Amino acid sequence: MDWRWDFTFDVVLPQLWAAAGITVYATVVSFLLALVGGLVLMTLKVSKNPVVSFVAGEFIEFIRSTPLLVQIFFLFFVLPEFGITLPPLTTGILAIALYNSSLCAEVYRAGLLAIPRGQYEAAVALNMSPRHAFRRVIMPQSLPPIVPALGNYLIAIFKETPLLSFVAVGEIMHASKLIGSEYYRFTEAITIAGIFFLVMSLVSAQLVRAVEQYVNRSILH
Amino acid sequence: MSDRDPKVRFEKVTKTYGTLQVLDSLDFHADNGEVVTVIGPSGSGKTTVLRVLMTLEDIQSGVIYIDGEPLNKMSRGGRLVPASKAHVRRIRAKIGMVFQNFNLFPHMTALQNCIEAPVHGKGVAKGQATTEALELLDMVGLADKRDHYPSQLSGGQQQRVAIARTLAMRPEILLFDEPTSALDPEMVGEVLNVIRDLARSGRYTILLVTHQMGFAREVSDRVCFFDGGRILEEGAPRDLLGDPRNERTRQFLSKVLEAR
Amino acid sequence: MSRRLAAVLVLLGFLAGLAIATFSEYRIFLPALLRGAVVTVKVGVLSIALFYAMAFIAGIGRLNKNRIIRYTATVYIEVFRGTSLLVILFWLFFVLPEFGVILSPLAAAVLGMGLNYGAYGAEVVRGAILAVPRGQYEASLALNMTPRKQMLRVVLPQAVLVTIPGLSNLTIELIKATALVSAVTLVDITFASVQQNQIHLRTIDIFVITLLLYYCLAQFVRFGGGMLEARASRHLAKAR
Repeated sequence: MDWRWDFTFDVVLPQLWAAAGITVYATVVSFLLALVGGLVLMTLKVSKNPVVSFVAGEFIEFIRSTPLLVQIFFLFFVLPEFGITLPPLTTGILAIALYNSSLCAEVYRAGLLAIPRGQYEAAVALNMSPRHAFRRVIMPQSLPPIVPALGNYLIAIFKETPLLSFVAVGEIMHASKLIGSEYYRFTEAITIAGIFFLVMSLVSAQLVRAVEQYVNRSILH
Repeated sequence: MSDRDPKVRFEKVTKTYGTLQVLDSLDFHADNGEVVTVIGPSGSGKTTVLRVLMTLEDIQSGVIYIDGEPLNKMSRGGRLVPASKAHVRRIRAKIGMVFQNFNLFPHMTALQNCIEAPVHGKGVAKGQATTEALELLDMVGLADKRDHYPSQLSGGQQQRVAIARTLAMRPEILLFDEPTSALDPEMVGEVLNVIRDLARSGRYTILLVTHQMGFAREVSDRVCFFDGGRILEEGAPRDLLGDPRNERTRQFLSKVLEAR
Repeated sequence: MSRRLAAVLVLLGFLAGLAIATFSEYRIFLPALLRGAVVTVKVGVLSIALFYAMAFIAGIGRLNKNRIIRYTATVYIEVFRGTSLLVILFWLFFVLPEFGVILSPLAAAVLGMGLNYGAYGAEVVRGAILAVPRGQYEASLALNMTPRKQMLRVVLPQAVLVTIPGLSNLTIELIKATALVSAVTLVDITFASVQQNQIHLRTIDIFVITLLLYYCLAQFVRFGGGMLEARASRHLAKAR
């Protein structure tokens, strides 16, 4: 094996450092969009209108059953057919957000389903409005299972961002590939990209665990 | 509303789950300040009476009146139409319910449980709501537990907090749905003592579903025996529990008393 | 009844597909997509075999009394769960040769996916083993079984049932993840569709068919997992 430290410090690290910014940006924006999108899909799925609920349910199932990469390609190639031309990064973020929206929708739904019926009934018996009951009784209790699950999706999204390299978004994986094809050396760049993901994932997993414990302690006693 | 109207009146109320008829064209009433105990075998519809009154369940037909005003309907142009949400909330404010499983909010302390609905639902000032809630907690003997969370309280204590929480909304009608069924035997007494005081105060119209026949005999003005979604027999507790006329009532009572 | 309906629908779908493939213009790109599907299925089946093997080896290893075995399993699980699959695939294919290990594209794909999902599966297996009631261990101890026998004859058979939903979900994830194997130069469904799209420019047709192919594969696994679970739990329910 031959690992060149000068190449690592002069070429690889500066370029990957710049690309890491795009990885983090894509992760955060997709995650925020997925949080909102999941809420919308969940609301549609629990709708009283059976048609709306069925369509939303099947849509979620379809998105969950097909690869994110194909969805990225689909948006990337199909949107221009409808005259919508977006930068690759935006398209990629939309695809990741849509995919994770359907996963988040299930997380929200599971969180709400976990709340005992008696809590809803107590709210009615105290003559609370549905809004009041949701805000003060239901939502605080659904957070403990939801928050760690969402945290895990944040980590998952982070690990999905390398897919954006397929549509030439300059995130870490793409930068590694470029370095590889420019200098005919893959070892340093790809190894460092791997270590970057490993370290970030392990650190975020600890963070999610800490948040989980904090939420459990501060909401459920 | 007139003084002649009973506090609660069911008029031909029918409730079905699929093909199962839970309430069968039920006529029922409770007068102001009356304590009515509902007994019957499981699946007889006795709990459903409380649940439809609390609007936890819809009814298929019939009308429920509170103080002569319809609850599940409202009159518009002299005709009864399905009630709006606002109408239901206005009438429902007179009713409070205590559940078998307490259903306290686990993320709130005893005191927060008691002031949540008055402050955020009715708009009572927080200071006033707190003062009133502390009086109620004191009344149920739990003033020192005000800052405890439900998980830190015993079953009997939780149920007493739940009663205080219900009273904090100043209801006129109290519904107790098997309030001691989920409790360990040694905690039943402390909850029954609180309910006994409420029953004797004469300030509330009380509907009580229970298997505690001795307690029913002691506090009720009237006992109704439910079976198959209707009232098979009703009367003063001494008569109905001591010398039931109906064969089904007799069978039920002998089974319940045998089990003790 | 519903199984019969499903069978009829599958048959009808197959006939319709055959007709479309034969008579419509889809035949200009459909064969290429189907050739890609064969690669996807081949990679999928091989990786699934490695995935299940690694899941059980690492899952059981993580609960082993021997500290070295336990640490090795833990490190494997954390490393392969923590990195991104695409990075693993690239690393195996482009960096490993630097260490003198040259893998064929198929081997790299199967190794990468099998090891990656094996690490996730190990956590499922570990959870399932921990979910076996204490009384079962005590009973097998009372019957004087060796630890090895206890694991193989008593604990694992019960744990396997509990792993079915978790592992079948991961199997679906794995099938979806096969879309990445073009990174190691394999031409699977996804890459074939990108190629065909560049040639024929029938974007919507091609990608909708691609999505439907994956959807069917996923539903197939979901259906199979559900049936397996129903069958296995029926058998176990009798014993309890």
